[in-house]
Amino acid sequence: MTIGNVGGAAELDLVSGLPPVEEAPEAAKVIQGRGPWRLAFERLRRDRASVISAVVILLIIICAAAAPVFATITGHGVNQQFRLIGEQSNGFPTGPFGKFPLGADDQGRDVLVRLAYGARVSLLVGVVTSALTVAIGAVMGLMAGYLGRTVDSIIGRIIDVTLSIPFLLFAVALASVEGGGSVTLVVIVLALFGWSSVARIVRGQVLSIKEREYIEAARSLGAGSWRIMFIDIFPNVIAQVIVYASLLIPLSIVSEATLSYLGVGVQPPTADWGAMISAAQQGGLYQVAWWYLVFPSLALLITTLAFNIFGDGVRDAFDPRADRLFV
Amino acid sequence: MARFLVRRILQGVLVMWLVTIAAFGLFFIDPNGPDDIARRIGGKAATPQLLHRIIENYGLRQPLYKQYWHFLYGTPHRAGLLRGGLGTDYYFQIPVTHILRDAAPITFSLALGASILWLLIGLASGILSAVRPRSFLDRFFTTIALFFYSMPTFVLGLLLLLVFYFEFTTKLHLAWFPAAGYVDFTKNPLQWAHHLILPWITLAVVSAAAYTRLARSSMLDVLGEDYIRTARAKGLSERRVVLRHGLRAALTPIVTQFGIDVAVLIGGAVVTEQVFSLQGLGYNAVQAIQNQDLPVILGIVIVASLAVVVANIVVDIIYAVLDPRVRLT
Repeated sequence: MTIGNVGGAAELDLVSGLPPVEEAPEAAKVIQGRGPWRLAFERLRRDRASVISAVVILLIIICAAAAPVFATITGHGVNQQFRLIGEQSNGFPTGPFGKFPLGADDQGRDVLVRLAYGARVSLLVGVVTSALTVAIGAVMGLMAGYLGRTVDSIIGRIIDVTLSIPFLLFAVALASVEGGGSVTLVVIVLALFGWSSVARIVRGQVLSIKEREYIEAARSLGAGSWRIMFIDIFPNVIAQVIVYASLLIPLSIVSEATLSYLGVGVQPPTADWGAMISAAQQGGLYQVAWWYLVFPSLALLITTLAFNIFGDGVRDAFDPRADRLFV
Repeated sequence: MARFLVRRILQGVLVMWLVTIAAFGLFFIDPNGPDDIARRIGGKAATPQLLHRIIENYGLRQPLYKQYWHFLYGTPHRAGLLRGGLGTDYYFQIPVTHILRDAAPITFSLALGASILWLLIGLASGILSAVRPRSFLDRFFTTIALFFYSMPTFVLGLLLLLVFYFEFTTKLHLAWFPAAGYVDFTKNPLQWAHHLILPWITLAVVSAAAYTRLARSSMLDVLGEDYIRTARAKGLSERRVVLRHGLRAALTPIVTQFGIDVAVLIGGAVVTEQVFSLQGLGYNAVQAIQNQDLPVILGIVIVASLAVVVANIVVDIIYAVLDPRVRLT
C-alpha cells in the first residue's frame, strides 16, 4: 500500500522543504492530504468482501447490458416461443444444458435469455428507485430538520402515516387502482413508501448541524433558507445518504420482484425475475421444471447478496467505528 | 402514565384519520368521474344496475367532503368506517367484515408462530454473537444472517416447498410436509401446526436475520456499560449478568422493531400467504385485486393500518415496563 505520491523527484518534500534524497525512498513519499472521500474509497478497496461483491455486481451489469448478445448466441429471442424444441414429448418444458442452457419455460422460451433481460428490469428499478427515494427523503429531511416548527410537524405526521400503512398491501392496492404494470409505476410506488426512513435519518443529522457556528455565519451573511439547506448543510449529510442508498438498492430489487411475483409489478411478456418465479409456481410447474424456479431464484439471491455485502462495505468505509451490518 | 396514554392514543387517532384521508384520496378521487370509481367498487362482474346503485349508495355524485363523510360515518343505507362498516364485497355478494372475520384467524396463526420462532432464533443467535464478538460462532451467525437477509420471502418459501414438500414426497416418499391448506386450531391443533410449519419457518428465518443483527449490536452496546462491569465485579455469574442485567436493557430496540413487524404481519403476510395458499388477509387482498374488488382491499388496508397504530402504542407501554429509565409523561 503506497501512501500518496511516491518518488516524485521533481517535487519538494513538504516536510523538510528540501529536494528528496535519492538514497532514502521513505523521505521521498510526499505527505498528501486525503479527503474523507478518498479515505473511504481506499478503505473500500482494501476490503476483500466489498471488492468481490463489486466484481459480481459488475458481472450482473454486463449480463444485463449484453442481454441481446445472449439472444444472438443462443438464437432465441427474449419473447420467442419454441413450441417444438422447447417442449418435451409429454408437453413439459425442455430441461437445461441442451439446446437451452438453463432450460425452457412453460411457453418454450429460453430461461437464460429471459434471465439476462430480467436483470435489466431489476437493476434499473433498484438504482432508479434508490435515487428517487433518497432524493425525496433528503429534501423532506432537510426541510423538516432545518425549517422546524410547522413544517417539521407536518412532515413528521406524513412520515408516521407512511410508516403505519402496510407497505405491500398499499403498494398492491395502488398498483391495482392505476391498472398495474409499468416500471415507472413500480418505481414511484416504492419511492413513495421508502423515503420516510431517509427523511428521518437526514432530519436527525440536520438538527445537530444547524446549530453549528458556520450556519449562523451563513445566516448572518444573508444566506436564505434554501441556500443554507442545500449548499451549507446538505454536503455534510451526503455520506450517510450514500450509505443508505447503497443498502436501499437490494431492498428495492427485492420489492420489485415481490410486486411482480404478486402480479402487480411489471407486466408480461416483459422478462422479469419475480414474474418468472411466479410463473414457475403456477399450477405447480416447478415440480416438473425445477430450473424455472431455481435459476431465477438464484439470480435474485446472488444479486441482492452482492449488493448487501457491497452496501455494508460502503457503510464501513464511511464510518469504520460504527458497527458493521455483517462481519 | 394516564396522561401519556391519552396523548399517545390521541396521536394514534390522528394517524388513523390521516390514513383514512390517504385511502379516500386514493380510491375515491378519480379524474374520470364517478363511473370509474363505481366500477372499481362493484368488481369486474358488476352490472350497470349495480353500478347505478353504488353511485347512489356511496353518493359518488356529491361533493367530495360529503363523500368523505359518507366514507367515515356512512349513509342511511350503509354503515361507514366509524360504525364498523366496511361495505359489501359486490363480487361475492357478502359483507367485507365476513371476509375479514374468516381470514383473520389464518393470518393471526401465521403471525403468532412465526414471530415467536424468529424472536427466539434472532435473540439466541444475537446474544451468542455478542457475548463472544469476532468468534467463530459470531462470524457463522452473521454470515447466515446476511444470507437470509438477502433472501426474498417468496424465493425461500418456494424453495422450501420444492425440497421439503415435492422432493421429499416424490423422491424419498416422506410425506412430512403438506404443500398448502389450513386446518383450524379448534378442529385439530396438531394438524394446525403441521400445516403451518413451512410457512412459519419461511417467515421466521427471513425475519430472524434482521433480529440477529439487531440483538447483537444492541447487546454489544449494553455489555460495554459500566453497570455491567459492576454486576461482574459483584461476582454474579456471567449467565446472570448477560441474561438478567444485559438483556433487559438490550431488549428495548428489539421490542420496537418486533412490534412494528408483528403489526405489519397481522395486516397480512401477503407473500407467505400467497406462496402457501393460506387464505388470510394478505391472500384475500391479492385475490381482491384480481377481481378488481375495491371494498375488500380498502377494508384490509384500514384494518392493517389500525394494527400498526395499536402496536406502536403497545410498544411504547412495554418500553416503560422493560426500561425503568423511560418515563412516560
